[in-house]
Amino acid sequence: MMAVTGQFMILYVIAHVLGNYTIFAGAINAYAEGLRHWPYTIILWSSRTLLLISVFLHTWYGIILKLENRKAKPETYALTRYRSASLAGRTMVWSGLLIALFLIFHLLHFTFQVIEPGIAATAHPDALGRPDVLTMVVGSFQRAGIAALYVVGVLGLGLHLYHGIESSIQTEGLNNDRTLPVVVRTGMAISVVLFLMYAAIPVSILMGILK
Amino acid sequence: MILDGKIPSGPLPEKWDLRRAEMKLVNPANKRKYRIIVIGAGLAGSSAAASLGELGYNVDVFFFQDSPRRAHSIAAQGGINAAKNYPNDGDSVERLFHDTIKGGDFRSREANVYRLAQLSCGIIDQAVAQGVPFARDYAGYLGTRSFGGAQVSRTFYARGQTGQQLLLGAYGALLRQVKLGTVNLHPRTEMLDLVVVNGEAKGVIVRDLVTGAIGSFAADAVCLCSGGYANVFFLTTNSIGSSVNATWRAYKRGAFFANPCFTQIHPTCIPVTGEHQAKLTLMSESLRNDGRVWVPKLKGDQRSPEEIPESERDYFLERRYPSYGNLAARDVSSRAAKEVCDQGRGVGPGGRGVYLDFADAIRRLGADTIRERYGNLFEMYERITDENAYNRPMRIYPAPHYTMGGLWVDYNLESNVRGLFVLGEANFSDHGANRLGASALMQGLADGYFILPYTIANYLAETKPGVITTHFSEFIQSREEVSAFTNKLLSVKGKRTPAEFHRELGKLMWNNVGMTRSEASLKEALQKIPALREEFWQNVLVAGAGMKLNQELERAGRVADLLEFGELLTRDALQRDESCGAHFRVEHRTPDGEAVRNDKDFSYVSAWGYQGDGREPELHKEPLAFENVDLAVRSYK
Amino acid sequence: MNLTLYVWRQEDRNDKGRLVQYEARDISRDVSFLEMLDIVNEGLVKKGDDPISFDSDCREGICGMCGQVVNGVAHGPRKKTTVCQLHMRHFKDGDTLYIEPFRARAFPVIKDLIVDRTAMEKIIESGGYISVHTGGVPDGNAVLIAKRDADAAMDAAECIGCGACIAACPNGSAMLFTAAKVSHLAMLPQGRIEAGSRVCVMTEEMLKQGFGNCSNHYECEAVCPKGIKVRFIAKLYREFIKAKGNL
Repeated sequence: MMAVTGQFMILYVIAHVLGNYTIFAGAINAYAEGLRHWPYTIILWSSRTLLLISVFLHTWYGIILKLENRKAKPETYALTRYRSASLAGRTMVWSGLLIALFLIFHLLHFTFQVIEPGIAATAHPDALGRPDVLTMVVGSFQRAGIAALYVVGVLGLGLHLYHGIESSIQTEGLNNDRTLPVVVRTGMAISVVLFLMYAAIPVSILMGILK
Repeated sequence: MILDGKIPSGPLPEKWDLRRAEMKLVNPANKRKYRIIVIGAGLAGSSAAASLGELGYNVDVFFFQDSPRRAHSIAAQGGINAAKNYPNDGDSVERLFHDTIKGGDFRSREANVYRLAQLSCGIIDQAVAQGVPFARDYAGYLGTRSFGGAQVSRTFYARGQTGQQLLLGAYGALLRQVKLGTVNLHPRTEMLDLVVVNGEAKGVIVRDLVTGAIGSFAADAVCLCSGGYANVFFLTTNSIGSSVNATWRAYKRGAFFANPCFTQIHPTCIPVTGEHQAKLTLMSESLRNDGRVWVPKLKGDQRSPEEIPESERDYFLERRYPSYGNLAARDVSSRAAKEVCDQGRGVGPGGRGVYLDFADAIRRLGADTIRERYGNLFEMYERITDENAYNRPMRIYPAPHYTMGGLWVDYNLESNVRGLFVLGEANFSDHGANRLGASALMQGLADGYFILPYTIANYLAETKPGVITTHFSEFIQSREEVSAFTNKLLSVKGKRTPAEFHRELGKLMWNNVGMTRSEASLKEALQKIPALREEFWQNVLVAGAGMKLNQELERAGRVADLLEFGELLTRDALQRDESCGAHFRVEHRTPDGEAVRNDKDFSYVSAWGYQGDGREPELHKEPLAFENVDLAVRSYK
Repeated sequence: MNLTLYVWRQEDRNDKGRLVQYEARDISRDVSFLEMLDIVNEGLVKKGDDPISFDSDCREGICGMCGQVVNGVAHGPRKKTTVCQLHMRHFKDGDTLYIEPFRARAFPVIKDLIVDRTAMEKIIESGGYISVHTGGVPDGNAVLIAKRDADAAMDAAECIGCGACIAACPNGSAMLFTAAKVSHLAMLPQGRIEAGSRVCVMTEEMLKQGFGNCSNHYECEAVCPKGIKVRFIAKLYREFIKAKGNL
């Protein structure tokens, strides 16, 4: 369950970053507008619904697993030395929690637009009544605090996926000796790329590359 | 007393069928009324308990490890023999029988050995059905390899872990019965006495190794599957916990101990390195298939092996035994190694080692093939010695490994004490004076799967179930004796640890009653063992208390028994004034050092009866009749 | 060489337990780790102290009886090696060693370094076998098995059941142990028939015995003295999904 919901969210995250990159082409407003129209709006809303369910299940099972695992290992060693477990793997709960907090902020910020109502996209529609996403995003990320917050948030995401991608494939039983190392490395690479891609938006705005 | 092995009449190939036909059965509905105790959970114990449980008997299994899967059968590496003749190289039941009788130097019972050869094929089938992953060829057929003492390829194997895989197969069958409720496991429990009521074995006294509690268990029959006694030599390939306890206590309750002097020294072990070594490690004799054994021709040659040219090497097994070469029987190979080392041509620290060289095989077959066949053995060798056997020959030396002797049993595996059955290495029956490689697994499983389930029914059918309980005075008395024994060990509070006594006994046995024996060395041992035993009871230091987990106490109890048993072993070696198989008396050898048997005077099984502490045991004899084989001089030349 | 040891001492199940310092003097490079403990114990006995209790039997790395955590790693620093086969040449003079029992909720400490591993047995008992009777089986060559399958089954069957995988798992999970048995039998035609029910009952029993869940850290594989691969865990998942799909 963790694996399946996780993988769905990974797909969403990938689609999301690709969508976001319309900002570099100056087309983010058109992209946002497109999402509001048939047939894209169906995709948007069905994926949002599934995402919501996934987030809920993923968190729920994650907590249960963590509790069960804690119970199964009540005492630790005086000296603990890991031979293969990565930092990312051992901190899944914490990176998960970070992502959850970030997600709440992100929704309030860009979706419900209550953090900075002054530059909210819906507050500045163009002549045809289309919201101005570009201004909102650029305006926000010109502020270092917000940009830093986003970088930290997507860092949590990257860390989570660093272990999560390969782990989910293993748990679905899709590995053998040959594929396992490939999957592990690919998972790590994808997570790093996603982190860099996401982080690039606030960073490039902050540095004034993107206006 | 002349013992009767109760061998069925009729032609050899039909004896087992005849016996099965004449034996009584227990009504299926009545089986659950019987309780059977099994001591030991190795191949013999697990296979017997699983099979008995499946038939519907109630079975209690006692073993000192924490799981049946740890019994020392697990350490057997090389393989298991079966007369399948899959490779079409001329094998047959007849030939396996012949090889085993000859390998045992004509000191085993024809009928038992023949039955073993007959049952061998069924064992492979059983194991395959259990999911034992035997080696297969590319077409999917079972693979075989050759082994010492045979000129056909009849040894089935699962890499270098055949014993492990067979034991795990039997263990699975056993746990299946545990789940079905027919078998009760008693882990971390050691048998300390056999309870005999009216001349029949009816229960055991055990010590719970975790709590220290002494417990009594009654049953309608008792099966001892407790393995061998090689640990009397201290440094052996046996496990730390292996001991003579169970069989020795049964002996003291009246069961005869047969052929204790037949102890096998395995030729391919890793040499001793130092004083504090706890045990020796064996490497499968299958290595001799591709490895060539040699020493330098020169005495005290200190050059490293690769510097010694071919012309200055003595491939002594190939030289002395051209037809079997490096695959000569175990006892023959071991003694040959000892002789070259005694001549000062041994290699490695202390000069107690010979080379086992794979260079030729690697040249011929490639390193990958060798890795495929023996990879885990090479790894094991490297872990222990820090040397890479792909580049440099292994060093090996013989070490005590297996004991052919054991409690005397008749053809039905029943001891002279009625209701006491003895299986596997714990009995004496099938290997005579020397066991061939890959035959121990075969015997343990034949006894447990295919012999005991029939023969025990014959006994139980004449027994009313559940009559004897632990309230009988024999149980109460035996329990008190066991408690007194434990307390006595704890109360000496001397200066030397059980381990020190064990080491000293081992050295004495190895030097005087080891690979070669003489009248003088044996008589000396007969003087020294009682003295050491005396000192043990004056000066042993056992730490801790009785009513808790106490590994020192366990050790002390085992050593105390070995100190008594060693004397019996030596006495048996002294009375057998001939050389046969693994028993080599220097007085009886040919000019070129081969064993000389004396069939006229010693073609019998010696079975010793306990007469009380401090009194000489009584020697009983079971004459061996050979009607189907010629008593030939055993030769591997 | 000389070593400083911190050894876990615990009287019995209910005792709290603590690390106690010992000195190991004049240890040869060629003795095994357990022989080193034997030497320390002999010294303790002579001084009238209670020797350190630890499990061992075959001392050749196959019975799976021994096992301790040495400096935070189950079976110590050398790969694919049990403590009985770990030689002191892999340590340095003056080293400090922390020696602790295998820890997991399913492994209560019996005394010192000895733990109760009955929970592992319960997993096998629940269905880790082929339900075959003694006798009445077909010839060994009646069912052919591709060499590749026989070899793969053997790779899994090599498990010695020592419990190091569980001790090393941050979650105290018995997944590698269970997966090895499930895979071994599922890869053989004889074992296929019960493969579905086997994987279900064994995993259920595993959780019932108090073992944790697998979160793919692969610590188990790293410490396994037999090098059992985590690919068998993936195999277990496949078998599980297959079995649930067939219900």
